[in-house]
Amino acid sequence: MNLDSKIPEGPLSKKWSSHKFNMKLVNPSNRRKYKVIVVGSGLAGGAAAASLAEQGYNVSCFCYQDSPRRAHSIAAQGGINASKNYQNDGDSVHRLFYDTVKGGDYRSREANVYRLSEVSSDIIDQCVANGVPFAREYGGLLANRSFGGAQVSRTFYARGQTGQQLLLGAYSALSKQIGLGKVKMFNRHEMLDLVKVDGHAKGIIVRNMATGEVSRHASDAVVLATGGYGNVFFLSTNAQGCNVTAAYRAHKRGAGMANPCYTQIHPTCIPVHGDKQSKLTLMSESLRNDGRIWTPKDAEVAAMIRKGETDPNLVAEDDRDYFLERKYPSFGNLAPRDISSRAAKEACDEGRGVASTGLGVFLDFRDAIKRDGQSTIKERYGNLFDMYQCITGDNPYQTPMMIFPAVHYTMGGLWVDYNLQSTIPGMFVGGEANFSDHGANRLGASALMQGLSDGYFVLPYTVGNYLGEQGVAAAGKVTTEHPAFAEAEANVKARIDKFLSIGGTESPRSFHKRLGHIIWEQCGMARSKEGLEGAIKDLQALRKEFWTNLRVVGDADGINPELERAGRVADFIEFGELMCRDALMREESCGGHFRVEHQTEDGEALRDDENFAFAGVWEYKGDDVDPQLHKESLIYENVKLATRSYK
Amino acid sequence: MDLTLKVWRQKSANSTGAFETYGVKDVSEGSSFLEMLDTLSEDLVEKGKEPVAFDHDCREGICGSCSMTINGIPHGPEKATTACQLHMRHFHDGQTITIEPWRAKPFPVIKDLVVDRSPFDRIIQSGGFITSRAGSAVDANAIPISKATADYAMDAAACIGCGACVAACPNASAMLFTGAKVSHMNSLPQGKAEKDRRTLAMVTTMDGEGFGGCTNVGECEAACPKSISLDMIAHLNRDYATAQVKNFFKPVA
Repeated sequence: MNLDSKIPEGPLSKKWSSHKFNMKLVNPSNRRKYKVIVVGSGLAGGAAAASLAEQGYNVSCFCYQDSPRRAHSIAAQGGINASKNYQNDGDSVHRLFYDTVKGGDYRSREANVYRLSEVSSDIIDQCVANGVPFAREYGGLLANRSFGGAQVSRTFYARGQTGQQLLLGAYSALSKQIGLGKVKMFNRHEMLDLVKVDGHAKGIIVRNMATGEVSRHASDAVVLATGGYGNVFFLSTNAQGCNVTAAYRAHKRGAGMANPCYTQIHPTCIPVHGDKQSKLTLMSESLRNDGRIWTPKDAEVAAMIRKGETDPNLVAEDDRDYFLERKYPSFGNLAPRDISSRAAKEACDEGRGVASTGLGVFLDFRDAIKRDGQSTIKERYGNLFDMYQCITGDNPYQTPMMIFPAVHYTMGGLWVDYNLQSTIPGMFVGGEANFSDHGANRLGASALMQGLSDGYFVLPYTVGNYLGEQGVAAAGKVTTEHPAFAEAEANVKARIDKFLSIGGTESPRSFHKRLGHIIWEQCGMARSKEGLEGAIKDLQALRKEFWTNLRVVGDADGINPELERAGRVADFIEFGELMCRDALMREESCGGHFRVEHQTEDGEALRDDENFAFAGVWEYKGDDVDPQLHKESLIYENVKLATRSYK
Repeated sequence: MDLTLKVWRQKSANSTGAFETYGVKDVSEGSSFLEMLDTLSEDLVEKGKEPVAFDHDCREGICGSCSMTINGIPHGPEKATTACQLHMRHFHDGQTITIEPWRAKPFPVIKDLVVDRSPFDRIIQSGGFITSRAGSAVDANAIPISKATADYAMDAAACIGCGACVAACPNASAMLFTGAKVSHMNSLPQGKAEKDRRTLAMVTTMDGEGFGGCTNVGECEAACPKSISLDMIAHLNRDYATAQVKNFFKPVA
């Protein structure tokens, strides 16, 4: 497997501009001869599809939802970072770059992160021009806030619905191109295989989820923007449909999968209520700007709160442990996500957790309401407070919220080079689906930034460069008549038939729950050699059981949620095993990956830069063959590796 | 709590549907309405029967996928709440709940509770955008926008495109949906250049898709999970009238 990162020569700040200049251009009148497939219609996919179509390429865009406007980017609440320095508080491209590399615990690629930071300003300009109603000050200029792990105010937001507004911006640009006929949109379509011809990605096989029809689609390049794999945990903040299938199918066709063990557990989610629960709900971490996180100092007091024998408001100031403020005085409640999550887990492990399950800590707005008044707090977080009350029945203006960490984002993903091209030529990967920018931990408000950076400003250049290199004579040469399409389609159909014919007794959802339980226990917030080795065995057994005892009711001819879930769970089980292998291989603690064997005396993550400053990239070798590990060394020329300290 | 559910079952777009009655047991108060339906699905699968098909995705009230009429009200009895955010504590033991798909001619049923809402996409495709090619934008602070204008645009842009307004309206009118998008974009300085063209195009598409006219019933606002105000319809009417007058003297597109 060739892991040439193709980082351009030259100083960091000139790399992207000189790379753009050196790219092959495609003559505007020739662009209409090429076709590009974009899978996914979230920030990365939607923006890429719209921008490529604006340039003149023919685009086919696929999404599993009934409309591209429903991609899960829509659920992001807090905001989007940009190094505008509108607040005159010392922000710069370099500072955002530095913060992102540091926040990622020095496991990301410098050049990619610098580019992300560089185009962040353009993203805000683009979104405002598209009509995104960002929050504004009375003077009419854009408002900013400070957000998870940053000491400058560089986060732009649209109430608590920033993801929604950014996605609707990309969706409107995409819709315009659909209306013009430049983008052909395929709603309710799920990608089930990638088609390669002579080693290059040349198309996909999809299933129309409304009719059951399986069809072939050929193109000159394929962009995957299919999101993350958080649902491998069964319970996560992801949407129900989020899945790893498209990425994993591409992995099986030869795309390297990088750092799958890097998963982010978000500190501010609503605690679990019972075993019938289908998902976890995130409360934007912007709440941490004004809310203070605490548990009782005394486990007995916590027990009384759990049983409802005392009211948290009655706990005296001196009996409260504001554990983030205590452990990390300079960042306090704004400490990065991985650190905050682990601290909450520790408090609960000590028996000081609240909520009926003991798995919860308080997020208290009492002091903020006293300081700024309820109306100001309502202005800032009104919709989040309403959402909390709607779900829990508690009024957070009167009683502190309860939160607990939950799986939220996955930093790992398909390996890509500087051009966002995977190890399969012609297949590009954008947004959460790739591994590139966040290292081992993502900072708040950086996911939206990366999705739109990839979609609006990187892929439209690098995909064009690839097409230019292939030459106009190659445009549209491969059609769906090629035998590779027949082979892939036959595989997809055989797999669907297999699901329907196993005739066992256990539902896909039940398998999914069991998978999630294994991954959460052994590959969640704390991981150990012993646990991971056990998990790999358990997952292999689960896979065997799945393929012999699965029951899928209904048929393949139309909407069948059981069949859809079966396909996704089948891939998640295999992917979960890969995650555990990756976590086992990485004998260090970094970012979202915490190995209990590797920690300092006071329980902080212990990185091993000498042996693990690399991206771990896995190559698929066969269903019952161990995957092969490849390494891309991470070379830091501009940032000095240091122990990440937020104290 | 134990509940009796009367659920609309329909095999496909062309088949005839009917209500089926099911019982669900031990529903916890803390679970959401869709989690209650998950329980029903698991029970049905257990018996080898097909589960109820319904659209859903984010389950946090923002994607706009879920679309079911609960006891005659789109998204159910709680104000400003989507079906996925509706919690079972609002129901009581022994209650009978009727669940059916959106009922509106432009939204045909595909299966059970799943309907085809693509007309909404086509309304947006005809004009619900502000043209700005990637890379062509001026600095974001170059045009100040008053806080009041930005807030108003945000109120309008909060629409999640679920279609409850259409399902609630006796005329199956899409005026609240279209009005919200028109109000969002027409009120911003960036949206002014295409304002008249946008308004005329979106209304033409809306009519062509077979949505009814607005007769000021107000059910749409009452059913809207995002509390989009009827003012948006007034805004649409105002802008539509202006655009028509201008178009009469000199074509706007």
